[in-house]
Amino acid sequence: MPVTVRLPGSLRDATGGETKLTASGGTLRDVIAEIDRRHPGFASRVLDEGGALRSYVNVYIGEDDARTRGGSGAVVPDGSEVMVIPAMAGGG
Amino acid sequence: MSRLNAELVRERVRGTILERIGDTPLIQLHRVGAGLRGDLWAKIESANPGGSVKDRPALWMVLDAEEEGRLRRRRVVLDATSGNTGVALAMVCAVRGYALELCIPDKVSLERKRIARAFGAQLVLTDPLEGTDGAIREAQRRAVADPDRYVYVDQYSNQANPLAHELGTAAEIWKQSGGRVTHFVAGVGTSGTIVGVSSALRPKGVRIVAVQPDDALHGIEGWKHMPTALRPAIWDERLADVHRVMATDEALAMTKRLAREEGIFTGPSGGAAVAAATRVAREESGRIVVLIADGGERYLSTPLWE
Repeated sequence: MPVTVRLPGSLRDATGGETKLTASGGTLRDVIAEIDRRHPGFASRVLDEGGALRSYVNVYIGEDDARTRGGSGAVVPDGSEVMVIPAMAGGG
Repeated sequence: MSRLNAELVRERVRGTILERIGDTPLIQLHRVGAGLRGDLWAKIESANPGGSVKDRPALWMVLDAEEEGRLRRRRVVLDATSGNTGVALAMVCAVRGYALELCIPDKVSLERKRIARAFGAQLVLTDPLEGTDGAIREAQRRAVADPDRYVYVDQYSNQANPLAHELGTAAEIWKQSGGRVTHFVAGVGTSGTIVGVSSALRPKGVRIVAVQPDDALHGIEGWKHMPTALRPAIWDERLADVHRVMATDEALAMTKRLAREEGIFTGPSGGAAVAAATRVAREESGRIVVLIADGGERYLSTPLWE
């Protein structure tokens, strides 16, 4: 069963306007890589050069913060929902 | 047109913690500014009692609503915020005796939510995927649905926001620098700081530098990427002489330098503003004043300090 990935409006330009995508399970890094294959450049917006989550990007797998489950190496179970959000919102 | 002026504000808050808002220190950045053509000076807004620059507009917006007769007992103050304005409004409302509802994106840093709640604010958590713009839309929806209940202060449209900076922040900078300030550098969020300080200091010949994040997805708390965000009604880009953009990674690196080299513990927006100011100081001489909006304590639960 595929996983659902929900993105903030601020990443819309990286996915051709899509904010809800599906991908296969595996690790979070696998999910991001799969989206990057469809939308080249996506991975570099959320992962740093070392493949870790950028400090200003939060990812939730279900209700859990991915950082508490191994960061980009966290396992994303089949059928779960992944939410990518800016760690800090703008505008005071 | 607001009836407020600095003297009236002082009179209204005399004898309370709110009296301590403003008159923040202006400190020279000796190490970060070493070897640059211009001298770097930082206005340290974490010295406000609520811990950020947002104490200023929060106080002026609430007092302005009082002066206009809009804030009667049993009405609820309402605004949308990603954190610092929420904390500031919560402190002001606690002192003035008003209930407060804040529309705030879910999953903003834990510290802000807890501090705002500690001051008695009610939080309405909005979709984190919609960010601050989603919180603004929810506040607008509530204000329209129940206009008798809410006084929507709307920091993005409220002229008392820039006025607090025009008659407060700018006047302090002019006085503290002995009239020698040549440049003012700050980030754009609601834009109240740039708009207000520009109104007061640009006619005196001070060059105004406005800085934005370089990407819609960024980690500079409180700043807006204007090309992709809801545009604040008070924003007028013509009030800045120079517009610059700042990358989050560079901002975070400067945030850490400020702590280790200057003893200034700030958040990402402080690092971003100072990084932009060092570029100005590299190119131009003069006394360059940069506004550091808050302290680093608000970010302890984020990966910044891990």
